[in-house]
Amino acid sequence: MGKQGVGVALRRKEDDRLMRGRGRFIGDVRFEGQVELAFVRSPVAHGRILGVNIPPEHRERVYLMEDMKGVAGILARSGLPGFKASVQMPLAQGKVRFAGEPIAMCVAATRAEAEDIAATVTPEIEELAANHDMLEATKKGAPKVHDDWADNVFLETFIDGDIDSVAKDAPIAVSRTIRTGRQCMAPLEGKGCIAFYDRYVEQLVLWTATQMPHIVRSGLAECLGMEHRKIRVVAPDVGGGFGWKGLLQPEEVCAAWLAMHLDRPVKWLEDRREHLIAAANCREHHYELTAYADRSGRILGLDAVAHVDAGAYSVYPFSACLEAAQVGSILPGPYDLTHYRCRTYSVCTNKPPIVPYRGVARTGVCFAMELMVDAIAREAGLEPHEVRLANLVTPEQMPYRNVTGKDFDLGDYPESLRRAAEMIGHDEVRRRQEVGEADGRKIGIGYATYCEQGAHGTSVYHGWGIPMVPGFEQSQVRLTPDGTLEVRVGNQSHGQSLETTLAQVVNEVLGVDPEKVNVLHGDTALSPYSTGTWGSRSAVMVGGAVAAACEKLGERILGIGAHLLQARPEEVRIADGAVASEAGSVSFAEIAATWYLKPQNLPPGVNPDGLELTAGYRPKVDTGTFSYASHAAMVAVDLETGHVDLLDYVIVEDGGVLINPMVVDGQIYGGTAQGVGTALYEEMTYDGHGQPLASTLADYILPGANEVPDVRIAHMETPSPNTRFGQKGIGEGGAIAPPAAITNAINDAVKDLGVEMNVSPVTPYRLLAAITEAQTAGGAVRQKEEAAA
Amino acid sequence: MKPVPFDLVVAKDVAGAVKALGEEGAKAVGGFQSLGPMLNLRLAQPRILIDVTRIPELRGIQRSDESVVYGACITHAEFEDGAVFDPTGGALARVASGIAYRAVRTRGTIGGSLAHGDPAADWPVALGALDARVRIAGERGVRQMPVASFMTGAFATALQPNEVVVAVEVPRPSPQARFGFWKFCRKVGELAEAICGVYCDPERGVHRIMIGAMEGRPVVLADVPEVFEDARALEAALADLDLGSDPVHRKLHLAAIKRAVADMRQVSGASA
Repeated sequence: MGKQGVGVALRRKEDDRLMRGRGRFIGDVRFEGQVELAFVRSPVAHGRILGVNIPPEHRERVYLMEDMKGVAGILARSGLPGFKASVQMPLAQGKVRFAGEPIAMCVAATRAEAEDIAATVTPEIEELAANHDMLEATKKGAPKVHDDWADNVFLETFIDGDIDSVAKDAPIAVSRTIRTGRQCMAPLEGKGCIAFYDRYVEQLVLWTATQMPHIVRSGLAECLGMEHRKIRVVAPDVGGGFGWKGLLQPEEVCAAWLAMHLDRPVKWLEDRREHLIAAANCREHHYELTAYADRSGRILGLDAVAHVDAGAYSVYPFSACLEAAQVGSILPGPYDLTHYRCRTYSVCTNKPPIVPYRGVARTGVCFAMELMVDAIAREAGLEPHEVRLANLVTPEQMPYRNVTGKDFDLGDYPESLRRAAEMIGHDEVRRRQEVGEADGRKIGIGYATYCEQGAHGTSVYHGWGIPMVPGFEQSQVRLTPDGTLEVRVGNQSHGQSLETTLAQVVNEVLGVDPEKVNVLHGDTALSPYSTGTWGSRSAVMVGGAVAAACEKLGERILGIGAHLLQARPEEVRIADGAVASEAGSVSFAEIAATWYLKPQNLPPGVNPDGLELTAGYRPKVDTGTFSYASHAAMVAVDLETGHVDLLDYVIVEDGGVLINPMVVDGQIYGGTAQGVGTALYEEMTYDGHGQPLASTLADYILPGANEVPDVRIAHMETPSPNTRFGQKGIGEGGAIAPPAAITNAINDAVKDLGVEMNVSPVTPYRLLAAITEAQTAGGAVRQKEEAAA
Repeated sequence: MKPVPFDLVVAKDVAGAVKALGEEGAKAVGGFQSLGPMLNLRLAQPRILIDVTRIPELRGIQRSDESVVYGACITHAEFEDGAVFDPTGGALARVASGIAYRAVRTRGTIGGSLAHGDPAADWPVALGALDARVRIAGERGVRQMPVASFMTGAFATALQPNEVVVAVEVPRPSPQARFGFWKFCRKVGELAEAICGVYCDPERGVHRIMIGAMEGRPVVLADVPEVFEDARALEAALADLDLGSDPVHRKLHLAAIKRAVADMRQVSGASA
C-alpha cells in the first residue's frame, strides 16, 4: 500500500456514487404519503397585506401565518452595538418586504397540483414605495422597510484612524466609486426539504439540503418552540452550497410545522425561479474610496465608506451585518497599511436577504482594493505588480498583525505575485501590447493578491454576538468488529470531498486504508454537534478533530495490541492498520475482534470505554489560518462588441500543507469559475419598483464550460504553525480574486482609450457603453482641437 | 414550476393536426425546447398541445432542381450532423451547429423555431437571408410565404391560430452564391444579442442582409448588391438603418452586420 495519507492526491471516494448518478439528494427522497408544497409569493417588493383571497374549496389546503399558531419568526441578532434586529415570519404577516416573499403555502399530493391551488390564491396588497437602491434607502424620507425602525440601517460601524496626517501631503490621491453587482449563488442543486414526525423516536425529522444540520436544528427549535432533543435534521447528498445552504429558511420552518400539523411527510423543492427571485441573493457592495500614496506607489492611507445591500431581513445564523462589518475589518487586504479609516452600513432594502456567498465580503473587498491599487499604479506611472510588491506584507514581517488587528500567520505574499507575473509572461504581454493585435482587439494584464482567513473560531466570532459561535470541533471514531473504521463528524460535505480527505487524515494517524473508512456526516442524530461547513473551516477544524480522535483511539488499540503480542506498550507501534512489535504484528481486525467478540482475551485493566470515542480539537491560535494567492489574468477586449476573452489565467496559491492536492485544485477551479461569473456574467438586477429582472437562467447568465478558461495553478507551501498538519483553509479562495484580476486586466487593455471599469460584472453592454462614451468624448475633444487649430 | 394541466394530442397527419388546432386553446408543439420552459413558467397555458413530430411528412425532405423542401420537424442536430442533404454547401449545418446547446439541438426543430418567432433565434435570420420560403398548412390547404416576411414582430408571425408550419423550402444557390453569418451571444448557447445573415446570389438576383435580435421583426436590407462590393456603400446603407434607439445596441448590431459581410467574403468556393 502506497502512501494514502496527508499530501496524497487520492481519488475521491464519493465519486463512485456521485459520478454514476447514484447519490441521494432531497429530490430523490420520498416518504410514503408525502405531500408537496407550493408557495404564494409576494408580487410586489413592498406593501401592506390587506387580505388574502382563498377560494373556499381550497381553504383547507392553504395556510397563512395566522394558521401557524405558536410559530415564532426567524430572529438573527448581532451583539454589535446599534444593531437593529428584524423578525422574519415564515409567512409574511402585515407587510411584505421583498418580491418573492412567501405569503401562503399550498399543499397537495404533487407540486403541480399545489401550484394549481397557489394560482387561485390572490393576496390583496396596498403597494408601498420600495427601497431598490441601498444609497437611496439611507436617505431621509426613504420608505421604511421595518416601520418601527428609525431608519433603514441594520448596523453602522466605524473604524477610526488617522487619515488627515497622510492626506495633507500625499503626492498621490485617487478617489473611486466602486460597485459590485447583486448575485445569486446558483448551486447545481437548489434548496429543498422534506419533514415528517417520527412517532417511534418522538422526533420531528427534517431532511434538508443544508451545510449546517445542527444550526438548522437550533433555529428550528427556536421558531417552533421545541426542545432540541425532539428534532433531528438530516442533510443527505447536497449538490453545492456556497453559503446558500448555510441558513435557516422560512420554507424549512413552514414544511416542518405543517408535517406535524398534518401528521404526514411534507416536501418542498425550490425551483430555479424561486431560487433566483426570492432566495440566494448575495454580494451587493458599494464603495467610496480614497487612497493616498507616494510616487513609489507606497500606499500611505485608505479612507473608505462602504455600503452593503443586506436586503429585508437578517438571516439566521449569520445576521444582516456580517458582510458589511467584515468589509471594515478586511478591506486593507494583504497590505502593510498603517493609516486606515472605514465607515460601513448594512442597509435594509426591499430585496431578498443577502446570505454570505463563497468568499463572503472578501470578493467585493478584493475587487475594491485591487482596483484601487491599479488606479494608483496608473497614476504613479508604475507597473501594477510593482505597486503591489511595494505594499504587500513581507515574509520578514510575519507573523504580522495588520491595521485592523488580523493576525497573518506565515507566508511569502510577494513571492506568490512575482511567480504569477512570471507565469503570465508579464514582459511578453507588454511587448505584445506595443505591437498590437492583428484582429484589432486590445489585450491587457491584471493582478489581484488576497489573503483568506479560514477556520476562524471562538475568539473572532464571539465578538459578533450572532446566534452561533464556533468552539471546539468534535469527531467520533469507532473501530468496528471487523477492524474497519467509522468516523462521525458534525459538519456536512457538499462537494468538499470530506469523505476522502477525512479518510486520509485517518490513514495518516492510524494507517488504515481509506477504503476501509466510512465518514458519516450531515445528521444530528449520528454526529457530534458542529456549526457545520462554512468559513473554509473543515480541513482545519474537522481534520484536526478526526486526527485527535484517531490518536486517542490509537492509544486504546495499542494497549490491546501490545497484550496480544505479549509486548509492553512502549515496544509496539501502529503501522498500516496494525499494531507491530519487533516480533510480529496483530491487525486492527484481530484487535477489534478481541474487544467485541473475545473479550476474555483482553488484558487485565483494559480501558473499559472501548474502541469508540469522541475527541475535540481547536487550534492553538483560533483567529484563523491565512492562506493567500496571487491571480493573474490576461484578456482580450473586442472594442466593437465589448466582449472579453480570457486568454490566460494563472494562480499561485499557498494553502499550507494540502491534505489532498487534487481536491484543493478542484476547490480552486470551482471557485475561479464562480469568480469569472462575478467578474463578467452574473447579476440580479432590480427595477425601480424592486422587481427582480432575472427570473430564469436565460436572464441570469452563469458561465459555462466555454466561458471558464483553463486555469494554471502553482502551489507554494508554508505550513500553518497553528494547525494539526500545517493545513490552511482554502475553500473560498478561488472565488475571491477573479473579479479583481479580470477587471484590472480589462482596464489595462482599454486604458489608452481613457476607459476604466469600476463595477462588476463587466458585461459587454457596460464595457461597450463605456468605450462608446470615451470614443464620443474623445472625438468631441479632437474636433474641438481641430477647430481651435 | 410545473405547467397547468393540458391534454396532449399526438397528430398522425397534417389534416389531423389542423383539425385538432381548431379546438379552443390548442397549440402545436415540435421539439418543446422553447414552449417547454414557457409551459413550466406558466407563461403559456394552452389547453391542448398538438404534438406534430410524429407526422411522417414533417420528417421528410424533397429535392428538386430548384430547391430542397425540409419537413418542419427536422431537428437542428440533423442539419448539424449532415443527416439531411444541404444544398448550401454547409451553411445550414453551420447555422444549426450554433443553436443553443447540443441537448437543445437534438430535440429542437426548424419549423418550431420559425413558429416560435424569437427575434434573436438563428433560423429566421439565416433562412430569411437565404431566400427560403415557409409552408403553412391550414383548413384551406397549404400556403407559402418568404421566411423574411413571415416574422411580423417579437414572438409574432404570420401564422394564424389554426395553422401549422409544415415545411421550409430552401432554394438551391447558384455556384457563385455566398453566405455569411455572425452573431454575438453573452455566452455560448445563449440567444443572440446581435445576429446577422447575409446572402449574395447574383445569378438569382438575391442580395440580402437580415438583421435579428431586434425589438421587433428582423430588419431586412434587400436588393443591395452594391454593399457587398463597396465598403463605403455598406457604411452609407447602414448609416440610415433603424436599429433601435439604444446607441450601444446599435453599435453591436453594426458590428454583427460588418462581421457577417466579412464572413461572407472570407469563405471561398461555391455556395457557402
